[in-house]
Amino acid sequence: MTWLAILAAGVGCYLLKLAGLSVPSRVLERPVVARVADLIPVALLAALIAIQVFTRGPDLVLDARAAALAVAVGLLLVRAPFLVVVFGAAAAAALLRLL
Amino acid sequence: MSEGLAGSGEPEDHRQIVRDSLGVGLATGTYGISFGAVSVASGLDVAQTCVLSLLMFTGASQFALVGVLASGGAPLSGALTALLLGTRNTLYGLRLAPLLVWTGRRRLAAAHLLIDESTAMSVTRTTTPGARTGFLTTGLSIFVLWNLFTLVGAVAGTAIGDPRTYGLDAAVGAAFLALLWPRLRERRNLLVGLLAAMVALGMVPVTAAGVPVLVAGGVALLVGALGRWEVRR
Repeated sequence: MTWLAILAAGVGCYLLKLAGLSVPSRVLERPVVARVADLIPVALLAALIAIQVFTRGPDLVLDARAAALAVAVGLLLVRAPFLVVVFGAAAAAALLRLL
Repeated sequence: MSEGLAGSGEPEDHRQIVRDSLGVGLATGTYGISFGAVSVASGLDVAQTCVLSLLMFTGASQFALVGVLASGGAPLSGALTALLLGTRNTLYGLRLAPLLVWTGRRRLAAAHLLIDESTAMSVTRTTTPGARTGFLTTGLSIFVLWNLFTLVGAVAGTAIGDPRTYGLDAAVGAAFLALLWPRLRERRNLLVGLLAAMVALGMVPVTAAGVPVLVAGGVALLVGALGRWEVRR
């Protein structure tokens, strides 16, 4: 099932890219479609962050991952590069768990 | 590749585009290491991780798929979330098509390189050769490095044992936040993001894993349908 998801989503993502380069642009120029498409990444990423950081299975939890997210926010505020943000947050969680 | 294209326009202009694009390529491609590490930490094996980077090749969707699997979601939910995130590449394509004007096999090949960064480095160019140089230099350098570093991260991630010891489970949220961050400068996006996060968390105790993220996507649908503003192009 995992392989199927990987292959299907991989091919699907490619077709989405190809569609953009091939479709006449007026198709997606309707304002409501443009607005929804513009907001979808924002909503999905925000939801993914919340799930990744504040849940374990069906439970809502507050643990080292929340502190790591706070560290990530701090690093982003000082314009740290992507890798520094990602591994800085990981290091923060690892250190907290050592304490 | 860059030298061949440089001949078709202003040489100095193109050298600058190549330099800028390689800088972006290097910075972006190397973070494939975090995807590789996070992916094996989420339970995928090295081969699955590498196929994702080769075939899907769009970072946010890849992180999303492994993120949903890591939280216990069904592979189908992961695939759907990845596809929904991948729709923004369609919009990039719509903006770039009149600028890149590739057809046939070249368009088929170029489509694979259509991602956030290759769009950003080409959409502002005023000429087709300039846009193509930015697009190809950025896209190809990221493709090579992203896949190389995915392998490195996946192998290293497998070798080091329990990822929680190194906080790698916390790295996923940070990676998503870094991807989202530039969009949060707009107040509307910040509000949509907060609302989507709350909706997702509210759904977690009562639905199967993977579903909350898709339901949160409904926030985008609702706000986009009810809103009246124009999306900048």
